[in-house]
Amino acid sequence: MYTLSGVTKTYDQARGRITALSTVDLTIPDGQMVAIQGPTGGGKSTLLQLLGALDRPTSGSVTLRDKELSSLGDHALAGIRSTEIGFVFQGFNLIPTLTAQENVEMALDPRGLSKAERSSRAARALASVGLAERGSHRPAELSGGQQQRVAIARAIVTEPSVILADEPTGNLDEQTRDEIMDLLEGLWRDSGLTLIVVTHDSAVAKRAQRRLTIKQGSVTEKA
Amino acid sequence: MFGTYLFRELTNRRKQTVIVAIGMALAIALVIIVNAVSAGVKDAQASVLESVYGVGTDITVSQEAEAPAEGEIPQGGPSFEFGSGDGETSDGSTALSQSALTAGRGTTTFNSSALDTALGVDNVSAATATLSLTNTSFSGEIPDFAATGERPTDGSMTPPTGGPDGAGGSQFDINSFTVEGIDTDGAAVGPLTAVTLTDGRTFSGDDAGTNVAILDSSYATSSELAVGDTIEIGGEVFDIVGLVTSSSSDATASNTYIPLDVAQTLSGLDGQVSTVYVQASSSQAIDQVQTDLQEELPDVTVNTQADLASSVSGSLSTASSLVGSLGTWLSVIVLIAALLIAILFTLSGVSRRTREFGTLKAIGWSNGRIVRQVAGETLVQGAIGGVIGVAAGLIGIMVINLIAPRFTASAASTSTGMFGGGPGGSGGFPGGGIPGGTESAAASTEIALQAPVTIEIILIAVGLAILGGLLAGAIGGWRAARLRPAEALRSVA
Repeated sequence: MYTLSGVTKTYDQARGRITALSTVDLTIPDGQMVAIQGPTGGGKSTLLQLLGALDRPTSGSVTLRDKELSSLGDHALAGIRSTEIGFVFQGFNLIPTLTAQENVEMALDPRGLSKAERSSRAARALASVGLAERGSHRPAELSGGQQQRVAIARAIVTEPSVILADEPTGNLDEQTRDEIMDLLEGLWRDSGLTLIVVTHDSAVAKRAQRRLTIKQGSVTEKA
Repeated sequence: MFGTYLFRELTNRRKQTVIVAIGMALAIALVIIVNAVSAGVKDAQASVLESVYGVGTDITVSQEAEAPAEGEIPQGGPSFEFGSGDGETSDGSTALSQSALTAGRGTTTFNSSALDTALGVDNVSAATATLSLTNTSFSGEIPDFAATGERPTDGSMTPPTGGPDGAGGSQFDINSFTVEGIDTDGAAVGPLTAVTLTDGRTFSGDDAGTNVAILDSSYATSSELAVGDTIEIGGEVFDIVGLVTSSSSDATASNTYIPLDVAQTLSGLDGQVSTVYVQASSSQAIDQVQTDLQEELPDVTVNTQADLASSVSGSLSTASSLVGSLGTWLSVIVLIAALLIAILFTLSGVSRRTREFGTLKAIGWSNGRIVRQVAGETLVQGAIGGVIGVAAGLIGIMVINLIAPRFTASAASTSTGMFGGGPGGSGGFPGGGIPGGTESAAASTEIALQAPVTIEIILIAVGLAILGGLLAGAIGGWRAARLRPAEALRSVA
């Protein structure tokens, strides 16, 4: 379960201080599918990064399953990211020089598994997203939808408790968008993980159990 | 995944990998070639010194001659005195000849007890003493003044007669050759350790006190002498028992070699020596032996091979300076440039891979893992450059050895000399002197440069390449580690 208490995040830039999040209090139970919407620059990605332990709040605390993320060191946070959290990015963020199989294996590398175990789990993850036959292809040889599937496989191969998806369908057409969301939704239902999706697309947001809106750094529930 | 990711990244950035590797290869090749040539020049200098000081000599003990003051005529050197009745007279001419054995030009003798002192110093494994002499012969023909009779009293002039031209003229020849008095017991150090016997035999312990001589082959050839002939040294006849030649230069250290005790007696320098050659028990002990010898013998000069190397002149000396200064600085500059190229390319690569590293951190890669990845990539680039550099360096050395550039060299020492004459009796040749000037004592020799390849040079060069790669990787890795995941991902949002 995620608990955010009085979380504020500010950035100092040349033009002055920018407040991305302002005193956010939020609780997300385990196994919930949450969609976070809002205008550009409203703080959606910042909230996702705090939830994903990619950044620390300026003030307040972020707790994941009784672990206060904001007080942990870089190495501990990296450990949490490799075991508890899976990321799906808008731009896929695959490593272009590695194959689909190898991109998925990269998420298992910090675990210190044997090559055989790593390879086996990556193959199963690719199969679960329908890309069992494309493991040897590099990202440049895959379509946008297929690349996003690989990214999802990379996110789930570590069997995390949370998947954080930042505009996962932002670069995809409508049909592919629906395919990807079907996949994510299916994974959520089958594994009981917590799925948090940042999106500006209402069609995507409607699929979620719970919808939050961020505007000018403040989070509100959408009925 | 480490190896796979590394290999893929290097092959993906082929141009960068090639540039970094070539830069490193150039630096490594230069380091190897400069070091090998430097070692070759040192070996060449050592062989020049060996021809003079022998194999195994680590330290020499000598006493420097005092140069005369400005305007002062140098003292010493042979002098020749003839009485009125000296020489053989016939056909109106008197033939005169005399030879003198004196201390070699530019050398000063000192007590032979220095040899015992040297042998008593810790870490001295062998020592021997020599006496450097010059045999100078004066021969000539003068008119027989006694045969001219009384002068006419009527004022008429009688034309001069006699002499080699029959008209009252004179003719003189002065010849000299070097003589080295050495220990006949076969010392492990000294001038005769760097020679090869070409005919006859070398000295044995039984030769002490006897008039036997060994000649330098080149001198023997020019003087038309061979084993079995005799040679006059210091007015006495010596049997030639052997001929020797130098393996590293055109001539050995001296024209002739005779037993030390005989040399001392004939020259009137009993108990005197001009050089003590010392061999240390190990190269690490040389400095200690030098220090101890200088303390025990404060009035003499104690030189190591390194000190003597500065006495080697000629184009070899110029090459030594060139390699030592320009060569070393050039390889340092190229090495630094190669390192800077590697660092700049690594930093540039890290900047271009900001999103990639941000993503890796997002999926759980620690800073240490990312630093190792970056360092591994640059290490491999450095290693590739090192391997190519070693190959290029070895090829360069092979080319140098094939060309075998030749240099001139001589172990030069300045000296002052004077041919002195003495007062004669009535009718004798009036005394006088021919002042000498400063001149080189050793003949120059030509040496072909050979650059040796040692495993140490190659290991050092490879080590430098790896170190360079590690340094570039550490700097690039540090830059990658400092990337905040959120900023890295945000920067490409």
